[in-house]
Amino acid sequence: MSNRIDVKKTYKLFINGAFPRSESGRTYEVKNAKGVFIANPCLASRKDLKDAVVAARAAQPGWNKATAYNKGQILYRIAEMLEGRRAQFVDEIISVTGATKAKAEKEVTDSVDRLVWYAGWTDKISSLSGALNPVAGPYYNFTIPESMGVIAAIAPENPSLLGLIDSIAPIIVGGNTVVILASTKAPLSAMSFAEVIATSDVPAGVINILTGKKEEIAPWIASHMDIDGFDISGLNSKSHGEIRIAGAENLKRIYAFKSADPGRILAFLEHKTVWHPIGL
Amino acid sequence: MEEIVSFEYAPAPESRAVVTIKPKYGHFIGGKFVAGTKHFPTINPATEEILSHIALAGKADVDAAVKAARKAYTTTWSKMSGKERGKYLFRIARIMQERAREFAVLETLDNGKPIRESRDVDVPLAAAHFFYHAGWADKLEFAGLGTTPKAHGVAGQIIPWNFPLLMLAWKVAPALAAGNTVVLKPAETTSLTALLFAEVCQQAELPAGVVNIVTGDGTTGAMIVNHPGIDKIAFTGSTEVGKIIARTVAPTHKSVTLELGGKAANIVFEDAAIDEAVEGIVNGIFFNQGHVCCAGSRLLLQENIAEEVLEKLKSRMSKIRVGDPMDKNTDLGAINSKEQLLKITELSSVGDSEGGQRWSAPCELPSKGFWFAPTIFTGVTQSHRIAREEIFGPVLSVLTFRTPQEAIDKANNTPFGLSAGIWSEKGSKVLWASQQLRAGVIWANTFNKFDPTSPFGGYKESGWGREGGRHGLSAYLKGVSHE
Repeated sequence: MSNRIDVKKTYKLFINGAFPRSESGRTYEVKNAKGVFIANPCLASRKDLKDAVVAARAAQPGWNKATAYNKGQILYRIAEMLEGRRAQFVDEIISVTGATKAKAEKEVTDSVDRLVWYAGWTDKISSLSGALNPVAGPYYNFTIPESMGVIAAIAPENPSLLGLIDSIAPIIVGGNTVVILASTKAPLSAMSFAEVIATSDVPAGVINILTGKKEEIAPWIASHMDIDGFDISGLNSKSHGEIRIAGAENLKRIYAFKSADPGRILAFLEHKTVWHPIGL
Repeated sequence: MEEIVSFEYAPAPESRAVVTIKPKYGHFIGGKFVAGTKHFPTINPATEEILSHIALAGKADVDAAVKAARKAYTTTWSKMSGKERGKYLFRIARIMQERAREFAVLETLDNGKPIRESRDVDVPLAAAHFFYHAGWADKLEFAGLGTTPKAHGVAGQIIPWNFPLLMLAWKVAPALAAGNTVVLKPAETTSLTALLFAEVCQQAELPAGVVNIVTGDGTTGAMIVNHPGIDKIAFTGSTEVGKIIARTVAPTHKSVTLELGGKAANIVFEDAAIDEAVEGIVNGIFFNQGHVCCAGSRLLLQENIAEEVLEKLKSRMSKIRVGDPMDKNTDLGAINSKEQLLKITELSSVGDSEGGQRWSAPCELPSKGFWFAPTIFTGVTQSHRIAREEIFGPVLSVLTFRTPQEAIDKANNTPFGLSAGIWSEKGSKVLWASQQLRAGVIWANTFNKFDPTSPFGGYKESGWGREGGRHGLSAYLKGVSHE
């Protein structure tokens, strides 16, 4: 039996590539399934959300401009970094949720594989939804998917890591930046995942992760005028109506998803049609 | 030379003998025309002549239409093979072509747009939309939504007055091809071509209830949006009403597409072909009296060519023929309604009071009807209301820029994102600008072009979804992972 005292981690937010505490100074208590104290993550405030959106907006043009090849490599790099820290994520999932080792390992494995899957989409999604339109006239006419801008997301409570990745990855594949609220009860994986992102060549501000209360932050997201889309998959369906009502103020694109598929990537892309005459 | 300068056009009026307008119309429900209870007049905005009386649908009419649409969906349309459904759409396209002259004349009488446009743009494009979507009906498994895409059921569709028949085609054709049945409400000032379309449905022997048309105003539209028997709402109109619809359907299962307002920038770079650009500017803002959501209503001129472009633009505008929409030589017809004329007049006055310099083409406006001369405002800045709000009339705001980046920043500085124009002879600059502009439709060295194969729709507050092409069709199908 060692007498060594553990060095415990302070779980903070991830905004603009840095790890600040909530400006509000608020935290909340996370306990494991047996009620034992685990950590005091930040209880993100409206100001934290605003800071995250400012960072995401500033980062968006640069991320959008990165080539699809580059974006794919960065997403793949996230998978590489996560693979290297499997043990930590397995331990955290077990400590918070009480999941069996096998189940926790499967979630981490699936998370890595899912990132690899999304990495491959960056340079293929436009061949899925782009088109050369045969218009009845002498015009070159094409339609291409383009990034929508800043997308917010509420990650599902469970699975806390895979659900987070399934929310983040499809949003950033096509050049959007993201502000995501992690699982409230199991935020440890999300904040450790921020460390993975921080070492994966993801430009600062492309992915911003908050921890806190869904019911508090979701309405602030819905009414925020500089957020273009909102993935509400992690939100209780009872509140979807009021969130959509608030989001109508700037006609946010608001969706809840059931599965990981290319439709999830396309939901947060706009389609642009370009016309040009053909002639001498 | 003198004789050429003073050359006059002789009147070349299109005959209205080809159309028969009934004194009073009802609704088209379950394949039959049914009498309305209350009626309101519809007028020719070019003459203020009362053309007919249109029924104002109340709750009972909307209920009956939704019921008929549901019955047709359940018993007939959803059971029919795509191949057979498509044949009905092909029939409709053909009949619209056969009766094209009738549609064009009726559209011009009811809407006020020049016969040249209804004849050469609205009606042929409407028929083309049916022909295009007809071919999709038996190919839905290739629409990109998986192998078994499904129709929503009953679609409620609300369309505007600027392109009455064309907007009907944009809505009805994809809905039917995807296997939905529809309840459509035309705009209150322009119901006549929709009611003529009902006759086409009868001639095509379209099963009863597949297309239902109820006429009325915004209150009727609200009844459709609120109706629990409707699965999908498609709306084209103002951003203001679009947001109300978005809020209304938010707590329901209804799927929504919205085609809303715009304030498109039309950017002319110093290396543009100036004469072509001037034609494009005129087409961009004066096509259809500027009653176009994607109109190029903000002209952005590079500073060093601004003077030359404005001089040529004014000269070109002086040659726009304003007047009788039924005259085949007319370029600019009547403003669609008294209300719209008032709105254009008011916003233009705001343009004056905020410091814009107004110039209108010298032209004689008819004494009866609703008219507004083609007008430009120079010296406009970003903060002016006429640079921010949709005027929806023949009024152009002119701004200038020094660098290409400044042009893009100004163009994108709006909550709208429907369309934009680029004029430059330099390919790389055109492609750069088309990438930078945050809008759903980019016209480069052209403007206001439309085609059924080409997706149309807005970014940001200009709407949700696309119309046209595979992207437009998909709005009428379920099969994607999101709700």
